[in-house]
Amino acid sequence: MPKVKGYIEIDQERCKGCGLCINACPTKVIELSEGFNSKGYHPAEAKHLERCIACGFCYRMCPDVCITVYREE
Amino acid sequence: MKKLLYKMPESLSGKEFTYCPGCHHGIIHRLIAEVVDELGIREKTLVVAPIGCSVFAYQFFNMDGTIAAHGRAPAVATGMKRARPDLYVFTYQGDGDLAAIGTAEIMHAANRGEKITTIFVNNAIYGMTGGQMAPTTLLGMKTTTTPYGRSAENDGYPMHMCEFLKEAKGIAYLARTKVNTPQDVEKTKKAIKKAFLAQVKGIGFGLVEVLSTCPTNWGIDPISANKWLEEHMIPEYPLGVFIDKVGDEK
Ligand SMILES: Cc1ncc(C[n+]2csc(CCOP(=O)(O)OP(=O)(O)O)c2C)c(N)n1
Ligand code: SF4
Ligand code: SF4
Ligand code: SF4
Ligand SMILES: [Mg+2]
Repeated sequence: MPKVKGYIEIDQERCKGCGLCINACPTKVIELSEGFNSKGYHPAEAKHLERCIACGFCYRMCPDVCITVYREE
Repeated sequence: MKKLLYKMPESLSGKEFTYCPGCHHGIIHRLIAEVVDELGIREKTLVVAPIGCSVFAYQFFNMDGTIAAHGRAPAVATGMKRARPDLYVFTYQGDGDLAAIGTAEIMHAANRGEKITTIFVNNAIYGMTGGQMAPTTLLGMKTTTTPYGRSAENDGYPMHMCEFLKEAKGIAYLARTKVNTPQDVEKTKKAIKKAFLAQVKGIGFGLVEVLSTCPTNWGIDPISANKWLEEHMIPEYPLGVFIDKVGDEK
């Protein structure tokens, strides 16, 4: 079990569904959602938050600054 | 209790970027904003936006700024910095802007040792105008103006701006980086910070060339574009620090 527990928020209206956060996440927290945002993209969704280790890789790779990362303390 | 680790930096305005999905321009904007936040100089920093996809960069940063005519950002930044040496000025330029129409401006600003900072986004193509060959386009690479691939005989060789610039005595910091992995994003941030510190400490001109993707005009998806950059751009444009007179951060 990971020792650090993380939590992310994704601004789905900003998201362009590029998938770079999904590709970067080492614990496969994020998936593209089935729904659309108002721009017509399938936005990223934090489907498996329990796996998040607060590494910030998703934030670092997101070109649209959609992701906020927290550590649970 | 939740402790905040990463959020949108204050030096971004929050306006949504106009870039295509997965385009590295957005990552590079965010890194500049994080560096300006960390240096605590947002209210004293001016951005000079180029002509290219990042033409609206001045709207995306939460700071004062302007747009220069194509390639002329280093000349405009020179004027701003000399008029107000108490402010910090950076140019944000694509490869069409900096390495084609603006080659003279960047060479001379660097050689004069203007105390400005340049972030040079090399995506090996003219993005904004629909994917024409740039001086930085790779040999064999297909663009709308090299439909059979760039040939050295007809179109010349890919232009290595850092290698050309590294003889300029006025340069305080010069590096080439990439942002296609989280680790590289962090390294690029450190390089951008040094290029700003070169100005903040009054040492001289600072430039970071960031190898960047253009998924739209490369005709591939964003994840494949990150791999393509690794496989094709790195052999042509090796990463490295060419000049560092800044030393340690403190
Ligand atoms: C004087 C002038 N010449 C040509 C153009 C057309 N033009 C607009 S953007 C551009 C190239 C932009 O490419 P680059 O600097 O690589 O930026 P990117 O869009 O790839 O980020 C050109 C040639 C122009 N706007 N002004
Ligand atoms: S912080 Fe790390 S573990 Fe958590 S979602 Fe982002 S990339 Fe995945
Ligand atoms: S990296 Fe950002 S824009 Fe791309 S899918 Fe993830 S949240 Fe959306
Ligand atoms: S055309 Fe290329 S450089 Fe321009 S925003 Fe789209 S992906 Fe980015
Ligand atoms: Mg370009």
